[in-house]
Amino acid sequence: MSGGSNFERGEWNLLLAGEAGQGLQVVEALLSEAFRQEGYCVFSGQEFMSRIRGGSNSTLLRIGSGPVRAWSDRTDLAIVFDGKALSRLEKRLQAETLILGDGLQKAGRGRILDVPLRRLAQEAGGALFVNSVGAGILWGIFGGRPEVLDNAVRASFSGKEAALVEKNLAAAGSGLEAGRKLKDSGRVSLALAGPAAVGEGLHLSGTEAIALGAMAGGCNFVFSYPMSPATGIVTFLARHGHDSGILVEQAEDEIGAANMVLGAWYAGARGMAATSGGGFALMSETISLSAMTETPMVVVLAQRPGPATGLPTRTEQGDLQLALGAGHGEFPRVLLAPGNPEQGFALARESFDLADSCQVPVILLADQYLLDSHFDLIAPLRTEAPPQAAIVETTAGYRRYLLTPSGISPRGVPGWGEGLIGVDSDEHDESGHITEDLELRIKMVDKRLRKFGSLAEKAIPAEWLGPEGASHLAVCWGSTLEIVREALACLGRQDLAALHFSQVFPLPEASRQQLERAKCPILVEGNATGQFGVLLTQHWGVRWRHRLLKYNGLPFSVEEVASGLRRILQGEGA
Amino acid sequence: MMGKNPFDLEVEDIAWCPGCGNFGILAALKQSLAELGLAPTEVVLVSGIGQAAKLPHYLAAHFFNGLHGRALPVATAIKAANPALTVVAESGDGDMYGEGGNHFLHAIRRNPDLAHIVHNNMVYGLTKGQASPTSSRGFQTPLQVRGVASEPLNPLTLALSLRASFVARAFAGDIPRTVEILKQAIRHKGYALVDILQPCVTFNRVNTFGWFRKMTYYLEGHDVTDPEAAYRRASESDRLPLGVFFAAAGRATFEGSTGLYEEHTTPLFRRPVDAARLGALIETFRRAP
Repeated sequence: MSGGSNFERGEWNLLLAGEAGQGLQVVEALLSEAFRQEGYCVFSGQEFMSRIRGGSNSTLLRIGSGPVRAWSDRTDLAIVFDGKALSRLEKRLQAETLILGDGLQKAGRGRILDVPLRRLAQEAGGALFVNSVGAGILWGIFGGRPEVLDNAVRASFSGKEAALVEKNLAAAGSGLEAGRKLKDSGRVSLALAGPAAVGEGLHLSGTEAIALGAMAGGCNFVFSYPMSPATGIVTFLARHGHDSGILVEQAEDEIGAANMVLGAWYAGARGMAATSGGGFALMSETISLSAMTETPMVVVLAQRPGPATGLPTRTEQGDLQLALGAGHGEFPRVLLAPGNPEQGFALARESFDLADSCQVPVILLADQYLLDSHFDLIAPLRTEAPPQAAIVETTAGYRRYLLTPSGISPRGVPGWGEGLIGVDSDEHDESGHITEDLELRIKMVDKRLRKFGSLAEKAIPAEWLGPEGASHLAVCWGSTLEIVREALACLGRQDLAALHFSQVFPLPEASRQQLERAKCPILVEGNATGQFGVLLTQHWGVRWRHRLLKYNGLPFSVEEVASGLRRILQGEGA
Repeated sequence: MMGKNPFDLEVEDIAWCPGCGNFGILAALKQSLAELGLAPTEVVLVSGIGQAAKLPHYLAAHFFNGLHGRALPVATAIKAANPALTVVAESGDGDMYGEGGNHFLHAIRRNPDLAHIVHNNMVYGLTKGQASPTSSRGFQTPLQVRGVASEPLNPLTLALSLRASFVARAFAGDIPRTVEILKQAIRHKGYALVDILQPCVTFNRVNTFGWFRKMTYYLEGHDVTDPEAAYRRASESDRLPLGVFFAAAGRATFEGSTGLYEEHTTPLFRRPVDAARLGALIETFRRAP
């Protein structure tokens, strides 16, 4: 992957590296704000260790004149706050990478440029201020306006005591001077082509997008147990939801959380839980209860690498099979998998109406990469249409499980109407009472399974990326969308396209032909066994020619996908 | 109680053994709800799994008969989503103290306004006679062949140690006194535990009706506002006291502490999304012009 073409496109990849506790997130937020103020597009993503202090973490910050919305392994400029980080980052440094740091030892690739991070931080008040110094240096090298940096510092530290803000301003200011000198010396450049107005001007993480989408979907009840990388969704709703009438409570465990969510839906509220694989596994029995009682349920499954505790702070698309199979017995469910914040918002919102109208569990599959990355939005977030509640007022003699052609019975709630709402985890009759009538058992199983019909009508088609009729087709789902999109753009070939699924179950039949027409289907998936590929083979008989899989805990990079696809195409003689 | 009880339900086939203590609890609960002037449409029964958990099928009310051990989280959520409903969580000792033990602890801490009725027969009935968390040491079963080795759980002292806002014990063989205790529990504003001693006529040949009659007595002259006295009386094991051990008035309830019902008690399902507020929140993520 050559960096040259990207330089001309007016795009820089910055890598910030340091220990936990050195404030990388502050630099990320501060520079994101400053570059966005100047009209540039910003993407940022993090990889970090599961610890509170120390270790070695890094943040990728991509600045572009046009849209930049995906993880990249190319590093133009790295700033290293802690020398130990260098060896861990080796694979993400290239020969042309410029590494800024304080007394760094030359190890592998890249050119080192000494910057007085520690001295300037001490002058500003202590080692604590090294992050603001670093942000200032980068802003100085870019040649940004000082007042924009100052505003970004103030925004990032809003609510903090005045003395602290002043010291950070001073630190950023001295960094800015140092950066300018470097720029003027001609030893380093961050020159960017002029900004193009990109999209919506909204800048959101996957976490924020999904939480806002839930709010738009009428979510008013959140019970959850903290677990990375899902916790941010719950804390966002706790912080912003109260004024909007959203109840947020920390449950004693994930089993309690899931059952509380069902209790809320039963009483007419719209409940959601957010968890990761381990917590979701604990919710399995309740997923089954949702199906049997035909009580809607929405769960965000924020994936991270397993099995068991795995790599708690990292990313993987490894829980698709878990979500597909969770819960004993046979029943319909929906699995949605957003590829970017726009889809995160839309699908989180849609989850609630879908769960309500079809009375099924809806599982939203996200992952650490999507949730912790920040994107500039290029499509608006639609909030005009209110959510569509599917509950009815009942009359005396109401039967909760009335047998209907669609399998969906009108859903009443206690407290509205004269009917009694009885639901049961045992097999039951139309009134919800326990039955061992085995003929009725068949009718009830068939009733529940008939809901697949309504779900098929509502299935979201996969998105086609690239030239129509391309012979080679990369197939992906969930958080890899923007990575694959950019990889295709880099390759710029007429014989290669991609198909991205944001609904992974039930499979959208409308997309089947597109996949079947492709001569050479290539699976691109962030796990070790190609779980979505297995699903497509099982349901549609897809025979994969190639599989591009990644499971080291980091997201795919644009460069990895591009070089992987190029290699495959070369091997095919294309 | 004269006339027809609105909570009566015609049931063809009740799954309980003849002479089961559950019949007494069912009768007492129906009578309590009727005497409190409640309508079936105002009452939600939430249960788990086991013979006791089938009770909601035998009276007229809303019900959520969910998973083993999980009645309390469901009940807590129903009450929080619509505080106008009278919510009763009921099931057996295995369900509530064994499988659902963690929820028991945390429901007490949260203090939702619900009555928690536990049929305590000190044995597992539906799975045919294994030990429950409240079985006595030495109690022999097909599984605990050498007798139960663990200490029995005392639900009353456990609840009191967690500062439960209402703790009582009743006996299924005495319907009139059980009705009085249940009515207090249902009326109590906050979490109210009623542990009901109940003979299992099939699998527990030790703790029989006769045994309970001999081994129980009603508290008299006991101060229900004194937590230390309550703990002392609940610790008694020679003979088991019955009645209300503790009742704290004026404690904040879980749903009351959410802040959602301060201005009005409209249930969540009647509250629309505030699109303007959401729009304003989204705007905070927009780049300043």
